[in-house]
Amino acid sequence: MEQIQILKEREKQIFEKKDGGAAFDISCETTSLSGSVSQRACVFCGSRVVLYPVADALHLVHGPIGCAAYTWDIRGSVSSGPELHRLSFSTDLQETDVIFGGEKKLYASLIELIEQYSPKAAFIYSTCIIGLIGDDIDAVCRKVAKETGIPVLPVHSEGFKGTKKDGYRAACISLMKLVGTGETDDISPYSLNILGEFNLAGEAWIIREYYEKMGIQVVSTLTGDGRVDAIRKAHGASLNVVQCSGSMTSLAKDMEEKYGIPFIRVSYFGIEDMASALYDVAKLFPDRPDIMDKAREIVKSEVETLYPQLQKFKAALSGKKAAIYVGGAFKTFSLIKALRSLGMSVVLAGSQTGNSEDYRNLKEMCDEGTIIVDDSNPVELSKFILEKDADLLIGGVKERPIAFKLGVAFCDHNHERKIPLAGFIGMYNFALEVYQSVMSPVWQFAPRKGGLK
Amino acid sequence: MLLRHTTKEVKVREGLTINPAKTCQPVGALYAALGIHGCLPHSHGSQGCCAYHRSMLTRHYKEPVMAATSSFTEGASVFGGQSNLLTAIDTIFSVYDPDIIAVHSTCLSETIGDDLHQITKKAADDGKIPEGKHVIYASTPSFIGSHVTGYANMVTGMAGQFAESTGEKKEQVNLIAGWMEPSDMREIKKISKELGAKIVLFPDTSDVLDAPQTGKHEFYPKGGVTIPELKSTGDSLSSIALGCISAEPAAIALDKKFGVPFETVDIPIGLSATDRFIMALSKAAGVSVPDEITSERGRLLDAMTDMDQYFYGKKVALFGDPDQIIPLTEFLLDLGMKPIHIVSGTPGKRFEKRMAEILERSPGANFRNGLGADTFLLHQWMKNEPVDLLIGNSYGKYIARDENIPFIRFGFPIVDRIGHSYFPSVGYSGGLRLVEKILGVIMDRQDREAPEEKFELVM
Repeated sequence: MEQIQILKEREKQIFEKKDGGAAFDISCETTSLSGSVSQRACVFCGSRVVLYPVADALHLVHGPIGCAAYTWDIRGSVSSGPELHRLSFSTDLQETDVIFGGEKKLYASLIELIEQYSPKAAFIYSTCIIGLIGDDIDAVCRKVAKETGIPVLPVHSEGFKGTKKDGYRAACISLMKLVGTGETDDISPYSLNILGEFNLAGEAWIIREYYEKMGIQVVSTLTGDGRVDAIRKAHGASLNVVQCSGSMTSLAKDMEEKYGIPFIRVSYFGIEDMASALYDVAKLFPDRPDIMDKAREIVKSEVETLYPQLQKFKAALSGKKAAIYVGGAFKTFSLIKALRSLGMSVVLAGSQTGNSEDYRNLKEMCDEGTIIVDDSNPVELSKFILEKDADLLIGGVKERPIAFKLGVAFCDHNHERKIPLAGFIGMYNFALEVYQSVMSPVWQFAPRKGGLK
Repeated sequence: MLLRHTTKEVKVREGLTINPAKTCQPVGALYAALGIHGCLPHSHGSQGCCAYHRSMLTRHYKEPVMAATSSFTEGASVFGGQSNLLTAIDTIFSVYDPDIIAVHSTCLSETIGDDLHQITKKAADDGKIPEGKHVIYASTPSFIGSHVTGYANMVTGMAGQFAESTGEKKEQVNLIAGWMEPSDMREIKKISKELGAKIVLFPDTSDVLDAPQTGKHEFYPKGGVTIPELKSTGDSLSSIALGCISAEPAAIALDKKFGVPFETVDIPIGLSATDRFIMALSKAAGVSVPDEITSERGRLLDAMTDMDQYFYGKKVALFGDPDQIIPLTEFLLDLGMKPIHIVSGTPGKRFEKRMAEILERSPGANFRNGLGADTFLLHQWMKNEPVDLLIGNSYGKYIARDENIPFIRFGFPIVDRIGHSYFPSVGYSGGLRLVEKILGVIMDRQDREAPEEKFELVM
């Protein structure tokens, strides 16, 4: 096999778990090196993915056309009602606006759109050049809010002002302005908000149903199938349950500080983590043992159905090797467990935005010889997939064709998943998708991993 | 609900764009740069730009798309991006080892005033560009023009920064590709070969973005115009630019710098435009048209006459990029159809002029390009005067579903079907494919909706 070189500056972001190996000190949460073919995105992207699922809000991208065009309905965050979020609105800034400022255009656009669509709130995203040309979008937002009577929320998401994580933070700051502005009279003390669940392929509905079956009121989901009015009264809930820790922990912390709402971190992927997500919530309502009873009932009946179904997949997949490269590190933990329950091992685990604690945990979890990477690139991914002889890659849109070119199976665990992978049913779907791709008859025709048959 | 957001009443909007029929310059520059062999495109801006462009192209082609980014941070926006770009050039040559880096700017780097000419010159002066390697650039501010402008700018950069003149003419013709698919570029080469014309086609994304499955991830696939080919364009007999907006600027650059005369023709979509292309190329290369090509033309014409009754008078709405929309509109008219609503987000007077000429055959047709020409407007027009067929990129599917009309995917991006990267739309065989596609959707609909007594076996 040809030797593929690793960039010297990248060495600190790559770690191989070995007995007696180097001390673990992975470098992360840094911006990518200039000139790398990074798989990462920007601050704007972080804000946009978090807020996008709020379906009855107006999402106006203030900047040149690209940022709005590239984020036009590319995430399968499903709505049960309004779908205003699936349109693309842009102030489409031109050269003259860059010179003379875009505030007037922003104001006019907002007024036109709010008149036309009567949204419940509006999010105004700043893109790179807004910070530079000095538009005071806060002032425009205040003015429009006053004139129209709806919350008009600036999102300070200039692309270059940090990493995607800073975009999550900017989105949470905007959401925090909505939280606390609604009535909470009808909210039970046995209630929660689902945070960091974006309802891809309807996943939030599955989770919501579990909690409701347990007798818990779900006040809001942030932001999957999101509604402005629900977010406004989210402070009335007794608990925040946070998935996808990277994106929403900061909102949970803000809500804890301001409204005293405790939060727990959960994951809805895989049998183990899904069951814990229900039990951990039930434990926090000790005066209602019926909630725990219900949780046990749900887990029991779901697992009883699921377990036998998984055996066929497990039989076929046992001993196969997987590589994982996804956005958030937290998701990686669940994926490792889920893959293990299918008899598969993980030979590469990495993320775009993990922090040092995430990577320490990841190291604990991984088997000997597993490669751990932060902010990887296609050269490295190809190298490790080949060296570690992986049978499957789990990643996002940019990774898919790389896997297929190498003759390796693929599962999209990102925006483009088409079937729900969360919940117990999601574990079945996940196993099925992995099985279908790994066992596909197409591989008998395709040269694999550089070897021509 | 998604489908019901378009209001019927057309109002003047103050600069607001809804559901655009364009995107920004850099993605076009990136696409063009992939048409050079051994080239790594480089985005001089924030990380997100590059990620978005790569994702969009990956969705369109189902292929790995490689490009690097300067990864701008807060510091770069204050102190300028020069050091980012210099570091990037170092990193790229030492790790990814391309023959060429093709740098394009972004709205951010343009606004802070980075001068790509000066920075790339500094890189060369500082010895950061290894012997035999190259760095080219194109200025592609996102707040001017569209993705098509960015494509044109990078193609112009290729010609302007690579071409040389040895003083001795070469018996070859430059074919400058307007924005088209890898399949189209492959077809253009095939036609030229059949004609016996010696050509240099650039850019050329065939065998780059339609690469076969080999079990390898080729960072630099085998396709693309080579550096010696690009260098030789200054010595060519003449240039033919395929498209007045995306290709002509490069032809002008070669004419100005090396006196290579040029002719601009439309991208050969449909019968008439292909006729003009074949004539222009046979004249420029001094070759005669072989029977093979004449027969291919005859087959297209045969299909057009055989099925005329199904085309005649059908109203069409279409949107997309100017150099494709111009010949496509002409082809629809040649088929007896009535294109009545047309938008293109790309600005430019040339489009207006050409469309006005072509649409003389379709009196009262609506067409608009540039600011305000988005698919929202197109949809509003369609609500006011319905059509039988919609042609456009994947985003047209919302409109087609709302209006319940047949829809053909054509243009960029197409993210929900395959075929565009494998089967050409250009040339006579491309025309035949379009005829088949149009008939397919129109006749399927007729079959689906005809009452039983009118449901026909033979059509």
